Amino acid sequence: MGGHWISLHFLTFVTITSLLGSGAKGEIPPRPINTAGPPITQNNGPQSFPEAAKTNLPLFTVDYSRIQIPFEITLWVLLASFAKIGFHVYNKITIWVPESCLLIAVGLIVGSIMHAVHEEPPAVLSSNVFFLYMLPPIVLDSGYFMPTRAFFENIGTVLWFAVVGTLWNSIGIGISLFTICQIEAFGVQDINLQENLLFAAIISAVDPVAVLTVFEDVNVNEQLYIVVFGECLFNDAVTVVLYNLFNHVAELPVVDAPDVFLGVARFFVVGLGGVLFGFLFGVVASFTTRFTGKVGEIEPLFIFMYSYLAYLVAELFAISSIMAIVTCALTMKYYVEENVSQRSCTTIRHVIKMMGSVSETLIFFFLGVVTITTEHEWNWGYISFTLLFAVVWRGLGVLVLTQIINPFRTIPFNLKDQFGLAYGGLRGAISFALVFTLPENIGRKKLFITATIVIIIFTVFIQGISIRPLIELMNVRKTNRNLDTINVEVHSRTMEHTIAGIEDLCGQWSHHYWKDKFIKFNNSFIRKILIRDSRAESSIVALYKKLELQNAMEILDSVSADISDTPLDELLPDKKPSSNPKKKFHATDLRNMHDILSKNMYKIRQRTVAYTSKYAMPNDTRSKEILIRRHASIRRSIRPGSFQNPDVARSHKYLSLPAGQNLDSQFPPKRMSHVGDSDTMSEMGYPAVRARFGRAQRPSSSSGMPLQMLDTVREAPSSVSLVDEQQPLRDSHSHSHRAPHLAGSRAPIPRQRNGSSGDNGDTARGPREEEEEAAGEEEEEQQQQQPLSPPHSWAPARQGEGRAQAPLLRPQWKPRPQPRP
Amino acid sequence: MMTTRTCCGRQFNAPQYSSWSLEANSHRNNMGAVQSGPTEHEFQDIADRTGFSLEQIRNLHKRFKWLNNHQETLRREDFEKVLNLSLNPIRAKIIQAFFDKRNFGMNEVGLVEEIGFEEFLTVMSYFKPPNKKLTEDETEALRTKKLRFLFNMHDTDNDGTITLEEYRHLVEKLLSTCETLEQDTAQDIADAAMLEVARTTVVHMEPHEVYEGVTFEQFQQILKGIELETKMNVRFLQVNTTTMHCGK
Repeated sequence: MGGHWISLHFLTFVTITSLLGSGAKGEIPPRPINTAGPPITQNNGPQSFPEAAKTNLPLFTVDYSRIQIPFEITLWVLLASFAKIGFHVYNKITIWVPESCLLIAVGLIVGSIMHAVHEEPPAVLSSNVFFLYMLPPIVLDSGYFMPTRAFFENIGTVLWFAVVGTLWNSIGIGISLFTICQIEAFGVQDINLQENLLFAAIISAVDPVAVLTVFEDVNVNEQLYIVVFGECLFNDAVTVVLYNLFNHVAELPVVDAPDVFLGVARFFVVGLGGVLFGFLFGVVASFTTRFTGKVGEIEPLFIFMYSYLAYLVAELFAISSIMAIVTCALTMKYYVEENVSQRSCTTIRHVIKMMGSVSETLIFFFLGVVTITTEHEWNWGYISFTLLFAVVWRGLGVLVLTQIINPFRTIPFNLKDQFGLAYGGLRGAISFALVFTLPENIGRKKLFITATIVIIIFTVFIQGISIRPLIELMNVRKTNRNLDTINVEVHSRTMEHTIAGIEDLCGQWSHHYWKDKFIKFNNSFIRKILIRDSRAESSIVALYKKLELQNAMEILDSVSADISDTPLDELLPDKKPSSNPKKKFHATDLRNMHDILSKNMYKIRQRTVAYTSKYAMPNDTRSKEILIRRHASIRRSIRPGSFQNPDVARSHKYLSLPAGQNLDSQFPPKRMSHVGDSDTMSEMGYPAVRARFGRAQRPSSSSGMPLQMLDTVREAPSSVSLVDEQQPLRDSHSHSHRAPHLAGSRAPIPRQRNGSSGDNGDTARGPREEEEEAAGEEEEEQQQQQPLSPPHSWAPARQGEGRAQAPLLRPQWKPRPQPRP
Repeated sequence: MMTTRTCCGRQFNAPQYSSWSLEANSHRNNMGAVQSGPTEHEFQDIADRTGFSLEQIRNLHKRFKWLNNHQETLRREDFEKVLNLSLNPIRAKIIQAFFDKRNFGMNEVGLVEEIGFEEFLTVMSYFKPPNKKLTEDETEALRTKKLRFLFNMHDTDNDGTITLEEYRHLVEKLLSTCETLEQDTAQDIADAAMLEVARTTVVHMEPHEVYEGVTFEQFQQILKGIELETKMNVRFLQVNTTTMHCGK
């Protein structure tokens, strides 16, 4: 199957490459059509260009040179993205073969096609392009998604491996290679020490994206994971600094002691300067987002611009731009995410991920192409020794460095961990890009490129493919990182506090102590300055909220789990496991699903209310955000035009409701009454039925809670009654008008808001304002007005059909099929 | 509960748990000499029992002396004087743990009024990092031990379950540093957490049954994924840190 798809893509590739090839030459000239006289004008006819007669306006021109560069870039990106789609069509490939391997493979194939037709790859990858446009997204991606807590808990080890380890590798490999160069048989005596060091610095940049994916999948222990992660991030920085340094040194005829000393000093200036700049920009970015609430559309832009600015300014001062952008991302992440709306937050994450993966995809893809199309200088001796030294020094480095760092670690690395660390040292995109952008005056540039490509291909293919079986075989210590339950959070916090307390008692301080101090400082000062709504929030509360949201989304996703594979999976890795069982479930028993869903929905609303009511502010953004996310997930779930059963269409009329009217609150949610409730143990543990009658226990604060009820048996009838009473005329309209109403006023229905507001002549107000207002205004009175059980007179006939709760739910899944008026 | 306390009767409050402090008390008159603490032999004895190294015990002993102003035993007031600890949201529970007989490994329940150095060390030893080489069973035992300690911290009335009340209390304490939270939130969270436990651990329950609280088995189950061995550790330093302190 995979083969089929890939071959299908080859066709695409061939087409696009031929296009690209002709494009690369940029030779399609504007076609001259101008010399025509009156007859052509006549042919044109008066209807199209009446004035053509006067000016000899060309009828059809092609100005390819004008669009050449962006056009080609677009095509390349598209091509690489197609390749990615291809891999994921058949999942099993990406489990056993890392994506980077596949990308390189596709690149190789495209390269050979281009080679066969004697085309040159576009000269996209220049030093400037790489450093200014390709590198920042990759680094921002890893910086932004760095697991902060784990990172700071292991910061010493991470930096130790990243900085000292990279130095160790560069210097070790460089000097050994230099020794090899002295052997005459290899014929590479002309490579001097500086060049060897430069080359060694390039190939000591590890890029374990492939390894990280494997580590994530097999849940290796957090310490190992974060060290590999942090190492790849910071060692890029170190490598780039070394690269510039050696690049500079390589041009010097003679290197003497002061140069070396200056080099070392510069190393620190560059690194720490980058951190400082990044921190400054991070703070400014966080501070800015305090005020962006009103301009939600451009909110995400600030994040990208500030990070990029940090990068550029660092470049300007020739300090480590990677450190700058990483520090910037780390600094601002939490404050920004708290300031911006949920929507912006999602956008930010998506865009960062997207740009990062596009950059990387392109580089790997390009690597494959370049491997075939460039001339290589092959030198068995040099290349095989490079490979040997890269592996040996990496292994040695890990062994030695672990021995040094282990006494300082609470949890020392054992041999298996060390193997994981050493074996995870794949070389990747950064190395390739660095070597490819070497200045031309390096005599053996071609040899270096060849050697680097060999190393990358060797590590990515052989180590990358074999690391998963090896790690699984060795049974490396594992951590379950997908534990997102309230209990775990509560008890972890308890443990942390306990340990901090014990440390206080015995007068010793570790990161728990500093973490406590920082959190205190953060809450009392930093947050007040940087965050709009600066009420400190415990991680427990945060998790609680997050779980609520996730719960809501999951349940909505479960409706459609097998229809639209959730695109968010990459961003929310913790959702993956949960979606699988549901797929099967849904496939087997749709009816049962309805039932469960209705219960689930009930629970969600209930629980959500329980906390939103506490956080209700005049404009309660949180509830809005829940809405948005629920909308989004429903939209996703509905996209493929699922649930096309006629019942749904028919039942729409029962649900129609003027947009201004919101009956949601007629069944005020009961606060969770958990323990002792027998139904908490119900099927999926959700308190389904019981809560409905617990009206007496309303939450104290009853502010706008626009989350809608899915308790549609009652809701639907009541809406009918309202329609009948208040808007008889409109009721006679087509149903298609009413479905949008529903969409406008009910949260779980994402579609066609515009339609609804237009229909009401209520265009001035945003749909969300409507909801909110409606919910806010009406909740209280509704509560009193509505009788405990809805009047039965207008109950739709369907209710009698014995489908207790579920059936009426369905319309809410499927607002889509209604055509817009 | 031993509530009475007189100056001279101090050591008799908890004789069987503070065997060492008794012993030490016999040296009491000699105090004033340089560090009239326990001898090397006694240290060695404790080291064997608790698994601390001699160096660590010496450090902890200094700290112990420092905490209680060179008395023989520690009392709650001594703990409460530690400045940093007073910022800890669950300090009451931590302090309680030091006076809880269940944590002394003697299969007894109840609270004591004051503890000697050995009890102090026994409680501390719950936080010892694991040795490098542990068999599967030993790791599991260590884990259970640490979990039991945590569980005891929450199960204040020693009825074998963490009831809703106790859970709520815990969450309230944990959230007590956030001034802005209403108490209801803490309760909601505790409720949700309870619900979660019930959902994930109770297989089946009759409608009339009532979920009473988290038992130790359930507690173990919900924390199964956490690496207690790596998390609930304090790195007891080998070096002398008393000069670095800034508490009290």
